[in-house]
Amino acid sequence: MNDSSSIKSADSSIIDISNLCLTFETQTEPVHALSDINMKVNSGDFVSLIGPSGCGKTTLLRVIADLEKPTSGTISVEGKSPNQARLDRSYGYVFQTPALLPWRNIEANIHLPLEMSGYSKDEQKSLSNQYLSLVGLSGFEKKYPWQLSGGMQQRVSIARALSFDPDMLLMDEPFGALDEITRDRLNEELLRLWEQTQKTVVFVTHSIPEAVFLSNKIIVMSARPGKIIDVIETNFPKDRTFDIRESPEFLEVSQLVREGLKEGHSDGS
Amino acid sequence: MEASRVLNSLISGTVGPVMILVTIIIMIWYAGAVYLNSSFLIDRYEKNNIEWTFSQLASDSWSMERPVLPSPHQIAKELKKTIWDKKITSPRSLVFHSRVTLSSAMVGFVMGTFLGIVLSIGIVYVSALDRTLMPWIIASQTIPILAIAPMIVVVLGSMGVIGLIPKAIISTYLCFFPVVVGMVKGLRSPNIILVDLMRSYSGSKAQVFWKLRLPASLPYLFASLKVAIALSVVGAIVAELPAGAQGGLGARLLSGSYYGQTSLIWAALITASVISATLVTIVGRMERFVNNRMGLQI
Repeated sequence: MNDSSSIKSADSSIIDISNLCLTFETQTEPVHALSDINMKVNSGDFVSLIGPSGCGKTTLLRVIADLEKPTSGTISVEGKSPNQARLDRSYGYVFQTPALLPWRNIEANIHLPLEMSGYSKDEQKSLSNQYLSLVGLSGFEKKYPWQLSGGMQQRVSIARALSFDPDMLLMDEPFGALDEITRDRLNEELLRLWEQTQKTVVFVTHSIPEAVFLSNKIIVMSARPGKIIDVIETNFPKDRTFDIRESPEFLEVSQLVREGLKEGHSDGS
Repeated sequence: MEASRVLNSLISGTVGPVMILVTIIIMIWYAGAVYLNSSFLIDRYEKNNIEWTFSQLASDSWSMERPVLPSPHQIAKELKKTIWDKKITSPRSLVFHSRVTLSSAMVGFVMGTFLGIVLSIGIVYVSALDRTLMPWIIASQTIPILAIAPMIVVVLGSMGVIGLIPKAIISTYLCFFPVVVGMVKGLRSPNIILVDLMRSYSGSKAQVFWKLRLPASLPYLFASLKVAIALSVVGAIVAELPAGAQGGLGARLLSGSYYGQTSLIWAALITASVISATLVTIVGRMERFVNNRMGLQI
């Protein structure tokens, strides 16, 4: 969009990906998970990656997180290699499942990344209190994961990802396994967290309303090979609520996303 | 009504069914004692032209000096004689022999557990060991312990290592195997998402080990320890057989079979099984304690 002012955009862009491809070598034939990906995420963005199952959206997120290595192309995260960014602990990752350690209570689960990056016991304690209250789970410090519902566990997982104050939050279908009511509530909470913490969020989903409601930039992907079909920017107020889902603009953007997905589908087949 | 209530109280809970089972086993045992000892007794009756009835046969077969199968009360008497009536320092006391066996079993158990954990860490973290070590470990367990135990005792004896250590080494030999198998599985048990999570925090190998793999492996470790601690007693007893050892339940078994004193053999066997069961129970308690501390509901 603003390629001309590349120096200026380098300041604000936090993830920069160009011509990125990733091929998994399998025993039968190579799988082209990602093909010629070009994208840019600015600091403070809420970017959603949406597409059908198997379109490589999770793989793309994992490449950003340095959990997967690209086959070709360039990627920089905060101006560094993804590997360096990971070593600098610049992102918190929220998985599809809460991924809590069952033998640690809620508080100790949040302490995990803090322990690993050498925070003192007092800092751990105050940070876990702070972020548990941010996700509305004060009072659950001493409970164990199995004593919490799925939605609560995922909130713990978000608090844990935020606890060490990374610049980015990478979320891989975090609410995919939850019921719709819980999912709606967590969507609103996440939006509020985003507004409060000013984090950059990259969010993988296959739900159109979720993507449209949460993001200011929606990246539509298609499958086999996984590539970017469309980038749709939205302009909803930051303090939006679910009421906007009834608005004409919301329906319009949803329609755009749906068409993008359809287009990708017909391309693929 | 009343009868069914009595029956109900018998089959519900643990005490009732266990008591019923024990009663049945004891009855079968008495019947077996009559069956196994009868041919010798009948021979004797016929040689001496004695008229005999079944009740006489039964009572004689339950009170023989050297029965093929001693009856439960004979074993109980032997147990009382060798546990309560003898000083525990006397070489005729089962407590004395139990202590000898138990101490080498425990040393062997500790060494075996330690060896098993070290080997499993090696297998999980060093891919060369993963490929080379496991076949040898499995092969080691295909050799009958009865074949290798005398050699270990003799070889170590010629090197001047005698007493408790050779026996403990044989226990170690049996113990380490379940620990290796369980711990390798346990250390590899964390799912890929948890491993990715640790990677996203740039966790060092040591951090991943202490904070993820080791705690995740503990349930597997305890399952292995229950097997290992029972095997440690078997190992210690087997080790006492070839050595001509002066003490230990194995030595007791051997002297019982030399002199045809079957009740002595059975008393030693029962003592050994009570010791093993107690040890397994202790490990089970430890497991429950650790699970509680770790907040796991198992």
